[in-house]
Amino acid sequence: MIPNQNSAHPINILLVEDNPGEARLALETLKESRLKNNLYIMEDGEEALFFLYKKGKFSDAPTPDLILLDLNLPKKNGLEVLSIIKHDTRLKRIPVIILTISSAVEDIIKSYDFYANCYITKPIDLDKFTEVIKTIEDFWLSTVKLPPENNEKP
Amino acid sequence: MKTELIPIDILLVEDNPGDARLAKEALKDSKLQNNLFIVDDGEEAMKFLLREKPYTDASRPDLILLDLNLPKKDGREVLKEIKEDENLKRIPVVILTMSKSEEDILKSYNLHANCFITKPIDLDQFIKVVQSIEEFWLTIVKLPNGAK
Repeated sequence: MIPNQNSAHPINILLVEDNPGEARLALETLKESRLKNNLYIMEDGEEALFFLYKKGKFSDAPTPDLILLDLNLPKKNGLEVLSIIKHDTRLKRIPVIILTISSAVEDIIKSYDFYANCYITKPIDLDKFTEVIKTIEDFWLSTVKLPPENNEKP
Repeated sequence: MKTELIPIDILLVEDNPGDARLAKEALKDSKLQNNLFIVDDGEEAMKFLLREKPYTDASRPDLILLDLNLPKKDGREVLKEIKEDENLKRIPVVILTMSKSEEDILKSYNLHANCFITKPIDLDQFIKVVQSIEEFWLTIVKLPNGAK
């Protein structure tokens, strides 16, 4: 495999997922990664935005290096969250991976039109779901160069 | 994982014939049927995408692999034009370049590149990278080609 090209600091991943089972599986899978990472899990779209904008109890939250975003979320749906991120000059650089049950052509097209970085349909089978998380980890954490941490470099 | 019966069309924008050749070999071994179209500068790439002469019959690619340092029109400009075009912006663009400068990485993501990959200099590693792009983008990801 390709050696890790990303920096030595742990990679911060934000997972926005309202299904606790899947969130747990993703957490377990990422824990076994060769690459140090911190996974932050938010259960709805509003909470995800509070996290990204460091509001309230998230005032110390890191800006994530990668976002895994479900589409069907309580309070604010995933497409709205995506659109807000990709219109925000400070957040738009963060890769957003759509990870959803939906395989509707309309959702796929809309997500890409809103500048999702990629769209993945969650397999229902749990082993396959774990495989998908591993592949995401492998591709995005070791093959891809993630955007540098800060916009304003001294 | 995905049952694509229609071959996937990939546009590679690369001015180094050696790299283009290697990418072609790597993709030929893919389990998934794909057609690779290669253009060697940014102007040709835009003509291909906009179906201008001599590409009036060109198919719309499902995936674009784009180098940054290109003759005639720079890759950054090509990326910008793609992502500002209502008909093209949904096509995933993988930046595949020698550059690993933070400025290029940041700028590419800000211009909505779908991902940024630095080409390894080692040829075997380069083939591995192309294969991992293929594995990820052609089998795990759902491409926006439903509306083709």
